[in-house]
Amino acid sequence: MAGVIEVTDLRKTYRLGAIDVPVLNGVSLAVEHGEMVSIMGPSGSGKSTLMNIIGCLDAPTSGSYLLEGEEVSRWGDARLAATRNSKIGFVFQTYNLLPRLSALANVELALQYGDRRNARARSLQALESVGLGHRYKHRPLELSGGEQQRVAIARALVKGPAIMLADEPTGALDTRSSAEIMAILQRLNRDEGLTVALVTHEADVARHTRRIVSLRDGLVVGDEPVPEPLQAAGGVPV
Amino acid sequence: MTPFALIGTAWSSIGGNRLRTGLTLLGIIIGVAAVIALMSIGRGAQEDITNRIESLGSNLLYVRPLDGDLTLDDALALVDPVFAPSIVSVAPEVSTGGSVTYRITDAFAQIAGVTPEFAEVRNFEVASGEFISPAHVQNRKNVAVLGSQTAEDLFGERDPVGVDIAISGLRFAVIGVLESKGATAFGNEDSRVLVPLTTAFYRLSGERTSEGDITVSLINVQADGERIDEAQQEAETVLRLRHEITDADDFTVDTQQSVIDALSEATGTLTVFLGAVAGISLVVGGIGIMNIMLVSVTERTREIGIRKALGAKRRDILAQFVTEAVLLSIGGGLLGVGVGVVASRVLDGFSLAGSQLITVFSGDIAALALVVSAAIGLFFGIYPAARAAQLHPIEALRHE
Repeated sequence: MAGVIEVTDLRKTYRLGAIDVPVLNGVSLAVEHGEMVSIMGPSGSGKSTLMNIIGCLDAPTSGSYLLEGEEVSRWGDARLAATRNSKIGFVFQTYNLLPRLSALANVELALQYGDRRNARARSLQALESVGLGHRYKHRPLELSGGEQQRVAIARALVKGPAIMLADEPTGALDTRSSAEIMAILQRLNRDEGLTVALVTHEADVARHTRRIVSLRDGLVVGDEPVPEPLQAAGGVPV
Repeated sequence: MTPFALIGTAWSSIGGNRLRTGLTLLGIIIGVAAVIALMSIGRGAQEDITNRIESLGSNLLYVRPLDGDLTLDDALALVDPVFAPSIVSVAPEVSTGGSVTYRITDAFAQIAGVTPEFAEVRNFEVASGEFISPAHVQNRKNVAVLGSQTAEDLFGERDPVGVDIAISGLRFAVIGVLESKGATAFGNEDSRVLVPLTTAFYRLSGERTSEGDITVSLINVQADGERIDEAQQEAETVLRLRHEITDADDFTVDTQQSVIDALSEATGTLTVFLGAVAGISLVVGGIGIMNIMLVSVTERTREIGIRKALGAKRRDILAQFVTEAVLLSIGGGLLGVGVGVVASRVLDGFSLAGSQLITVFSGDIAALALVVSAAIGLFFGIYPAARAAQLHPIEALRHE
């Protein structure tokens, strides 16, 4: 299997005034196509920073990052932006939808900066695949938290990304909605072969994935498969 | 992003806060409307002055003494089919000071001694009564023709024809009243009293040259049709011969056109000045746009972060915010043109301090105002847009 992500000896140091704050101290990690992996760790472990670098939102201080075989760690803004557009699908804890736009327009936004062909049809299809095809006209505030997160998943999905990066996707949701979201992610991974990397600090959420990478103080301290992943029972009509 | 998508996005964000958008637009609307209204007024003044001067007679020349004298014989010599074939007719004037009184009412007026040709050369019509005749000039009659304003000042609504007035203490019979012409560059043409040239010279001024000739203060020369330049040259030649001039002329010959040109230049400067003053308010409007765009960038930091996470490049964000600013300024510009056109219509014919305001609106003023407002939007939009484009995606996403 070809690697989607191959990170080698990744380091990131933030500079706060005169003090250097090391956040990542040499992280190496590989994620294959079709994997569903959790990145766990307490706050301050560097998991968000790792996620930002993998998501091409930030550049490492040193180390190598191959995304689908291409070294992206030294790229400039425009190329990183284009890569984010075509290869990365973000799902955030706080959904990050634009409140003025309808669900459909929010999904279409992801196509605005890249391949715009059949944007409307593809966006509608993505909404249908998360069970929201009938609510495409609604604005975020007219939707529940779980529904908003499903719109965000559709937005991440619509461009056919190499990897979906979900940062605490259930962090703001109740148990039932969390189950729905996890069920959708599991289904997309299982049925469509979508590669999913999920950042969480909840062990319960992490056990729904097939592999758990643990971070502490900017280092990988554990990397184990989950023998029997939990199956989320949230039935979303598709 | 396609231009179409850019405009769509900009439109929806502008529409998101109507009150704020409206107030921002107002700055540009007022600026553009002011530019258009004031420049229309300037143009109106320009056109008005040109029209009025032309109404004096479009083929007029004015001969004035510089440091010598012009005599009545000089004037008569200009009507010469051999030496001055392009000159049709002349109307010499003798200006003189003096008071004009009817009973106890005084009027402020220019008193001029003229010949019968004056009416034709200067395009004056008599509204009532008659004009000065050759016999009046011949016999130095104490008769006067009043300008319409002077007649009104002295007599109000009554007809002054046949009534006696006093000019510098002498009795004059009013024989006619001129039609109104309005104010011109030479003062108010309606505030004047015309008397026979000889009467003015011998009874009112009493100046004489050393040879005892009648001196005149101005010779109005009527050229034959369009042959104004020829007439000017002929007048100069004749007078130089008569005055035996070898170097500098002791008189000047001005054409109507040279007067119009000089005045047009002055009023053109006035128009530009008015436009520039109004342009200041347009710049203030532009600062308003910049202000609101900066607020908008701060408010929408998170949106910028989201867009960047979704793959927007710096130039996409830059284009988005610049488009918004330009759309605001062009929108305001278009509305401002509308308001400006209405304002210049309303102001047209508006009476201001006794004289009528005349406005002339033309498309080039509107086009200029629009282009300037778009440029202002671009100029004042770039800085906020660049700030938005430079935001780091992670920090932007963290922004509350």
